[in-house]
Amino acid sequence: MQASLTQVKPRALASRFIITYIPIALMLAVTLFPFYWMVITSLKTDGELYNLKNNPLVVLQPALIQFQRLLNDTLFPRWITNTLLVSIASTALSLVFSALAGYSLARMRYRGATAIGWAIFITYLVPPTLLFLPLLGVVSALHLQNTLWSLILVYPTFLIPFGTWMLIGYFKSIPRELEESALVDGATRMQAMTRIILPLALPGLLSVGIFSFTLSWNEFIYALVFLSDATIKTIPVGVTSELIRGDSFFWGELMAGALLGSIPVAIIYSFFVEYFVSGLTAGAVKG
Amino acid sequence: MRARPSTIIIMALSQEQSATLPLAVKPTLRARFDEWIEQERVLGYVLLGPALILLLIFVGYPFLFGAYISLTNAGIGRAGQFIGLQNFTDLLDDPIFRQTVANSFLYTIVTTIVKLALGMVMALLLNQTFPLKRFVRAAVLLPWIVPTVLSTLAWLWMFDSTYSVINWLLQNYFHFQGPIWLSDRLNLKLGDISLVKTTWPMISIMIVNIWRGTPFYGISLLAGMQTIPHELYEAAIVDGANSWHRFWRITLPLLRHVISIVLLLSIILTLADFQIVYVLTRGGPANSTHLFATYAFQVAVPSTELGLGAAVSMYMFPILAVVVFFTLLSLRRED
Repeated sequence: MQASLTQVKPRALASRFIITYIPIALMLAVTLFPFYWMVITSLKTDGELYNLKNNPLVVLQPALIQFQRLLNDTLFPRWITNTLLVSIASTALSLVFSALAGYSLARMRYRGATAIGWAIFITYLVPPTLLFLPLLGVVSALHLQNTLWSLILVYPTFLIPFGTWMLIGYFKSIPRELEESALVDGATRMQAMTRIILPLALPGLLSVGIFSFTLSWNEFIYALVFLSDATIKTIPVGVTSELIRGDSFFWGELMAGALLGSIPVAIIYSFFVEYFVSGLTAGAVKG
Repeated sequence: MRARPSTIIIMALSQEQSATLPLAVKPTLRARFDEWIEQERVLGYVLLGPALILLLIFVGYPFLFGAYISLTNAGIGRAGQFIGLQNFTDLLDDPIFRQTVANSFLYTIVTTIVKLALGMVMALLLNQTFPLKRFVRAAVLLPWIVPTVLSTLAWLWMFDSTYSVINWLLQNYFHFQGPIWLSDRLNLKLGDISLVKTTWPMISIMIVNIWRGTPFYGISLLAGMQTIPHELYEAAIVDGANSWHRFWRITLPLLRHVISIVLLLSIILTLADFQIVYVLTRGGPANSTHLFATYAFQVAVPSTELGLGAAVSMYMFPILAVVVFFTLLSLRRED
């Protein structure tokens, strides 16, 4: 075995290139090309951008004019604030509500607990595009149309089911004995929860929080339907509706907006990849 | 056996507790309330309350309300009259709606198969050891992380009729004339039989969906693969199984659970997709690329036929219900 391994070494290396390295390089190229294209476009001047004689894959004279235009001449800075506000508020709201509901469903026995747990799981499977029209009715009946409150209250509808289910799993993985001994020592349920269970479930809370923030930041259809004033739009809606004027596409500005709108989630993601992946796969792997 | 830090927490808790609880003989109102709320059948509901109320107002009620308005001729800002199933029957005679249904099925079936296959390849690749593994694993998930409409805008620019960089690459490196992505028709023929008859706009939206969705499959399947014990593979190697056999006999069967869940979530989101079509084609050219959600939006919002639009959305519901039912059934059978 040992001898044969050393003998075929060059061939093994070659086959490793063919079955691993080249496919991985190819996969990365396809995955990352649109982002490369965003960056390259946003760094070009209009003159360079629309000159068909240039090689489009490189920038000849990098310039920040597209970013300057985006930040000075459009409402983009306002959209950043709006998106940030909505994402933070709806994430915080969902995190608190999901932690309470998750603890209740993971640890307590009462009539209907199982049925309610299933009902919450089913709401997780209802896509926003099934509900956006009647929700428009609900939002306008509550006089929330054209306010950021509409999004802050509606985003938890897809965050809470996910958060609750994920936290149920986390809470269940914490040994019951820790909590029971606190209860025996006279702590109330709420104290046991806030001082023992929640600190131990911190990785889970972080996962849910990051995931929720990203989902809120990226949400599109509710924001598109509920908000109509240009000043209160979120980034995804603002960029796609306000930066495209009539039939004219200002590609430099659009790509600068797409890039700046993507960077915050990409940064958060790069810091918390492990939490993100565990959030993403929690449902799939644990069931 | 208790872990030391938790023992300290518990001691701290119990000390505080004995300090704050007065040794009252007669239970005060406060004490009685505390005792009442401490019961699981009370506190359980109280903790569940906020989440449940929010979901009832913004999911439960809208769902029923949506079912109701689909039975009316309501418009935006105009209450309608009850017209029974007329919206639903009208839609069956609407050629655009029929095209929408066909598109939705084509889009969901084709992209799901491709995403599963490519996702499996991605997971198998990432499950090996190679330099910069952590970086690569993080990078491939990016299409799934960033806002879909923003990355789709980059694709819209890549599909541009004049400046398409994809066609530039095809032309310069393969001497191949690319299509006008967002308007050309496609009719692949073998002799007189047409093999594939669709449009490049449909193919374009499917490409973007596959680009965006494959990482979700890949990373989930990878997480599933990492839970498979190594001993199984070692035993199989001893028994002389080659890697092909090991994949079909060990990896795939043990991934069935993960695959079911991933398919469930992905099929729902793909069938109900909105953003990619909205940005790339708005359902055009000539309403040929609509999916349920974009057609519902177009009918209800720009055309202000709220009842009819709600009916378009409601047509998704039975399909989704069937998908959910069969997935949950197969998961339950396994358990």
